Amino acid sequence: MTHPAVELDGIWKRFPGVIANAGAGLTVRPGTVHAVLGENGAGKTTLMNCLAGVYRPDEGHVRIDGQEMRFSAPADALAAGIGMVHQEFRLVPTFTVAENVVLGAAPRVLDRAEIERQVGELAVRFGFDAEPDRPVWQLSMGERQRVEILKALWRNARVLILDEPTAVLTPQEAVELGEVLRRMVADGRSVIFISHKLDEVVSFCDEATVLRGGETVAASIPVADVDAAELARLMVGDVAVEPVPVAVAMPGDAALTVDNLSVRDARGLLAVDGVSLEVRSGEIVGIAGVAGNGQRALTDAIAGLERVESGTVTVMRTDVTNAPPQRRFSAGLAYVPEDRLGVGLAPKLPVTENAVMREYRTLRRGPLLNWSTAREFCDRIVEQFDVKVGKREAPLAGLSGGNLQRLLLGRELSGMPDIVVASQPTRGLDVAGVRAIQRLIVQQRDEGTGVLMVSEDLDELLSLADRILVMNAGRFVGEFNAREATRTQIGEAMMGTAAEAQS
Amino acid sequence: MINQLAALDISEAAFLGLIVATIQFATLLYLAALGEAIAERSGVLNLGVEGMMAVGAVSGYIGAVSTGSPWLGLLIGAFGGACAAGVHAVIAVGLGADQVVSGLALTILGLGMANFIGDSYTDDPRRSQFAEVDIPVLSDIAWIGETVFSATPVTYLAALLGVATWFVMNRTALGLGVRAVGESASTADAAGHSVVGTRAGAVLVGGAFAGLSGAYLTTTAIVGAWSEGLTAGRGWIAVALVIFGAWRAGRVATGAVLFGFTLALQTRLQPFGVDFSPILLSMLPYILTVIVLIVISIRARHQPSPAPAGLGIAYRREER
Repeated sequence: MTHPAVELDGIWKRFPGVIANAGAGLTVRPGTVHAVLGENGAGKTTLMNCLAGVYRPDEGHVRIDGQEMRFSAPADALAAGIGMVHQEFRLVPTFTVAENVVLGAAPRVLDRAEIERQVGELAVRFGFDAEPDRPVWQLSMGERQRVEILKALWRNARVLILDEPTAVLTPQEAVELGEVLRRMVADGRSVIFISHKLDEVVSFCDEATVLRGGETVAASIPVADVDAAELARLMVGDVAVEPVPVAVAMPGDAALTVDNLSVRDARGLLAVDGVSLEVRSGEIVGIAGVAGNGQRALTDAIAGLERVESGTVTVMRTDVTNAPPQRRFSAGLAYVPEDRLGVGLAPKLPVTENAVMREYRTLRRGPLLNWSTAREFCDRIVEQFDVKVGKREAPLAGLSGGNLQRLLLGRELSGMPDIVVASQPTRGLDVAGVRAIQRLIVQQRDEGTGVLMVSEDLDELLSLADRILVMNAGRFVGEFNAREATRTQIGEAMMGTAAEAQS
Repeated sequence: MINQLAALDISEAAFLGLIVATIQFATLLYLAALGEAIAERSGVLNLGVEGMMAVGAVSGYIGAVSTGSPWLGLLIGAFGGACAAGVHAVIAVGLGADQVVSGLALTILGLGMANFIGDSYTDDPRRSQFAEVDIPVLSDIAWIGETVFSATPVTYLAALLGVATWFVMNRTALGLGVRAVGESASTADAAGHSVVGTRAGAVLVGGAFAGLSGAYLTTTAIVGAWSEGLTAGRGWIAVALVIFGAWRAGRVATGAVLFGFTLALQTRLQPFGVDFSPILLSMLPYILTVIVLIVISIRARHQPSPAPAGLGIAYRREER
């Protein structure tokens, strides 16, 4: 009998305060696309990092083609034929496609033309077009992902791990990726496909393994005869997943008006291209779209973190187009940025200091910060928003994602804003955390606050938002009433192919 | 040739002297800046250039006079510079401490060590120096021949090292790895390049080059002996020169000649009867560097900066 291409057995991996893997296992047959399913935080990425040599498992066995392996560095795993495409791409932006592909496996003396030719040939063989001499910083996310796959193929990887590969792709690019994966398995290789989206798993994969809470709850189920509802139940466990109840919106006056806004990205290209929108008090406007279509530039520009090229931003009838962030806050804007720990909070500072970061001006005694009122202020947020903290004096970094987000949201909402801009507020949280944050957002709306919410989770937008705007390549390509729209309609608009008729 | 020189009037002789001094300063700055550029392209900022140069100068002098060979002196000077750089390699690369703090400490430590070691060699009358070498044919060219192509072997060595550095950086797998480590350490690590090994190596090579630069002062007629304060802040100009030259061996060479010229002007302006403050002139390299920084940051809106993206950032793998 042939050995499995990959066999992970009883893998444990602990981080300070977190057990990411608790005896997880995975068996992948050669020549198949194998899905690793699980909610955010189920331990999928950690398990794969153990296989790819990024982490050393605390306990457990890694077998490749039946042989016991111990990887101490990604290079060891690569040498054993394991290639991984991480969610954050491991590419050098200033290098060309060819330089990135051969990095670490290059001939001693580089003949650029020859390497570019070889990389070009490799790309053609697996059915994608690449321009080997282009610098990577000029490429789209989908193109960068192909460079990552080429890197693994250049080293002749027998097993390719893809961590949530479709998150950055348009639906069309996702279909193309599926074709590339088919060619790879036809070539005798295996693919491990990490996902939390059931529809992708059904269309791309042969078998599926489900992780929950760091453990394997279902191993190698053939996808062909799988019950999607059963998979979903396995993923989320016995927690009942019913949508957060949302009452009918009672929209008031305009809280946020964005008119013909354009923003340039670092490359000087238009990340946001003449976008207009209005969020009224007491409504949730959702922005849907594949990651990297200008959502972040848009919210950053509204919050004053990105320079506005042209157009205007108005908060509660105050023009804040070029105002510093502080003036926007006084005008009634609150911002929950996508990058919680980088932009939203300071991970090395204590909980208290993070909590007062917006309101410190009002917590003074003369020129000094009044620490006792600051601590009271912090306690109020912690209590009201149910943030589970150890010590207020401890650095923030030890808090879980859900608690970080509750603290951040609590801080932003404590200023009684008229409009909340929230970017990916539930991404990476566990089920309970997602629901808590969603409830808070709905509650804000019901109290008459306007909410602009960016999310990649269509179901979330469909259940929470009153209106959904679809963003593609820096423009709005569709507007939907969230009560009437279907996933398919929005999905088509995300591709950028649907007519703009509905807006 | 001597007859020829006698026939020249005073301002022409002064002009030749200016070119010779430019070449000398350019050699001095280029060796140190090239080494610093190598370290920085691997992502390690080493502000200890001044200290490493001083160690190179003193060990180069001692090596040259005790062996009687300026070549051995140069080699020992390079070794001394590399040893000094080893401090930075251990603290800033191995232990991941703050590179700025470690580099500044190395400047102070290096200068102190050099003064300590060199104490008994101050005013030592012994000399072991390179002679000027005429390059056949080329040295017959008027003006350029008797200045550029009639220099000490160290100048030619500097040029050779520049070409070699360019080749290694741009045309070999090793250079690709060094650049990758400097741009994105996690990427290079994932691709199987040892981040710590590459960076430590680059820092040591950078130190050796700085050592060569220091030894150049004590093994040629420029100074020819050890004395305290010999390096006179040239190491800092070399650090600025790396930025001016956008971290590229070729552009750093152009900058070395330009910066060398401003240094030469400071000492050789008098014979021309020009009344210009040498103190103001000494600021010129830094002003030029600031202008380059401004240009880089304006252009950064549309294209990536030429600075290594990982410059100054320590790398730890298993972080979460």
